[in-house]
Amino acid sequence: MQQPRVDILFEHAPSARVLIGGAWRIGENCPRAEATINQLQALHGLEIVRLETQDLMHWDSLLLTYIRALSQFCDAQQMTLDTRGLPEGIQGLLMLAAAVPERQDASRQKNPDDWLSVLGRHTLWLIKDIGLLADFIGEAILGLFRLLGGQSQMRWSDFWRLVEACGPHALPIITLISTLVGMILAFVGAVQLKLFGAQIFIADLVGLGMAREMGAMMTAILMAGRTGSAFAAEIGSMTVNDEIDALKTSGFSPMDFLVMPRILAMLVTIPLLCLYADIWGMIGGALVAAGLFDISASEYLIQIQTRLRLIDFEVGIGKSAVFGILVATAGCLRGLLCQRNASSVGLATTSAVVTGIVYIVISDALMTLLVTALNLYKR
Amino acid sequence: MLTPSTTPHPPDLSPRQVHISVRELTMAYDDFMVQKDMDFDVLRGEIFIIMGASGCGKSTLLRHLIGLKPPVTGEVFFDGQNLWKLPPKERQSMLLKMGILYQSGALWSSMTLAENIALPLTAHTPLSAKEIADLVSLKLALVGLSGFESFYPAEISGGMQKRAALARALALDPEILLFDEPSAGLDPISARRLDRLIVHLSESLGITAVIVTHDLASLLDIGTNSVFLDTETKTIIAKGPPDMLLRTSTHPTVKEFLTRGQSKRTATSAREASR
Ligand SMILES: Nc1ncnc2c1ncn2[C@@H]1O[C@H](COP(=O)(O)OP(=O)(O)O)[C@@H](O)[C@H]1O
Ligand SMILES: [Mg+2]
Repeated sequence: MQQPRVDILFEHAPSARVLIGGAWRIGENCPRAEATINQLQALHGLEIVRLETQDLMHWDSLLLTYIRALSQFCDAQQMTLDTRGLPEGIQGLLMLAAAVPERQDASRQKNPDDWLSVLGRHTLWLIKDIGLLADFIGEAILGLFRLLGGQSQMRWSDFWRLVEACGPHALPIITLISTLVGMILAFVGAVQLKLFGAQIFIADLVGLGMAREMGAMMTAILMAGRTGSAFAAEIGSMTVNDEIDALKTSGFSPMDFLVMPRILAMLVTIPLLCLYADIWGMIGGALVAAGLFDISASEYLIQIQTRLRLIDFEVGIGKSAVFGILVATAGCLRGLLCQRNASSVGLATTSAVVTGIVYIVISDALMTLLVTALNLYKR
Repeated sequence: MLTPSTTPHPPDLSPRQVHISVRELTMAYDDFMVQKDMDFDVLRGEIFIIMGASGCGKSTLLRHLIGLKPPVTGEVFFDGQNLWKLPPKERQSMLLKMGILYQSGALWSSMTLAENIALPLTAHTPLSAKEIADLVSLKLALVGLSGFESFYPAEISGGMQKRAALARALALDPEILLFDEPSAGLDPISARRLDRLIVHLSESLGITAVIVTHDLASLLDIGTNSVFLDTETKTIIAKGPPDMLLRTSTHPTVKEFLTRGQSKRTATSAREASR
């Protein structure tokens, strides 16, 4: 196997010969165009570059890119590049590559991004996004009125199928996560409470924490990952496949037909799931209390019964309903806004989960403020 | 509500009646202009071809005709009624007179073929379940898919999906059928069968067909009239029956398109083949 090589002969003043030889293939240690160009630049009075081959054995696209680089250099320096000494195959391919001139606007140029413009763009995007979501929720409310007025095209069979997908199928994962969250709450709290010999208040901590906050929050986050993403993927692939257009032209409103059953199914199931998560969280807390801190199950239960009131559960469940609406809306909206290509379904799904979770946390902060301001927990 | 019967609108006897007119239509996505100043008429019962290179805006034009995208300027008329000036309710019922075959078929993938065809019927007609089932099996039989009622779209071949989508487009006995590249992704034989089916249906039901295509064999074969959208000038550069355009058009782009950029000799033989 012969090494690929390039020799430059500058015998008579205006023209130089570039002799290309050896095996020019991707993977071989081929000479680089920049090196040759540097050498050519050093020659004074050079006007014509003749490319010739000498014992050239194999060649592939690598040689072509090398010659193209030389050719661009010659164009820029207004020299003549003579390729007649090359094999016909190479000449043919070079002609093919040069047949259509490069379109200036085709290779899109990206403006260099300074942080200010990135910040600005993202802010505008976020404002637009919140506007879109608000519009969409508004439309959903109109859809709800149509449903109440018996004008909706929603099919109850879709609704029941979705209730099954949102609810019972989510139970195993919710059981696992909420039990563990209950255990974590109990453990973190108990280590501190034990310093004062007040372990019994583990029950208060876990009970209030799960009922008011964590039950709703964990359920909503799980639903965003499990169901919001599924909504976005289902509706997104329908968008890509023109199925949404087909619905519209068959006289169906995607809002009534696809979005309403999903929002309603989520709205019906999530409070139940939240209550279920509350209970398992408290069971998780009881396990830690009994196992590590010597509090019997009956003590724990009595403590929870004296401390927790209905309003604690009501606040959590109310929050979960709001989260459910946000998660379902974000999923459906992302699916409907999906671009018409396959990779955009993935983007829509990711974005549904991310926006779902962001809206959960933002709305939770607002609702917690509201509940405190209204003094709902007052005894 | 529509009450479908087998032939709700008998074939029109005066052949010169205008069914669809497009006037000074300009189409754009945001600030990206697709086509401008488009003017053409589609007569009742015609098989009207919209042709042009990929990306020239054929699908976009179709979206304007079927009420999915409002024009930037200009008007679309059906039977003399301005589509985009109608109140939404009436526009909706006008759109129900159209059957659309999307490029990808666009069958609802979570439903069986029977449910796909039945859905528009249950929503827009007062028919009983039994009558709907009968209609579904009739429509499937028309496109040669008898017995496939309980198949899901993913379980049948591409050609069968296209035909099933045609059956769905026929569900409400439309007056106009619109097709987006019906032969795209089909082998020549299936494409041919679909062409024949379109001609057959349009003749026997008196349906006006608007077909977006760049399948030369098919458009020269079945088209009775056409427009050619140009990418360079962004407007219509030729109108008329496709075979006449092939013979008489002097516009280089149209000529190149209709002859596949080949010499005169092959052009003539292509014409002969299409006879
Ligand atoms: N949703 C869209 N947003 C922006 N531009 C689009 C969109 N859809 C199509 N286009 C552009 O409009 C032009 C016409 O597209 P299209 O009507 O699909 O072409 P055709 O069907 O003739 O191949 C293309 O240049 C395409 O890039
Ligand atoms: Mg198209």
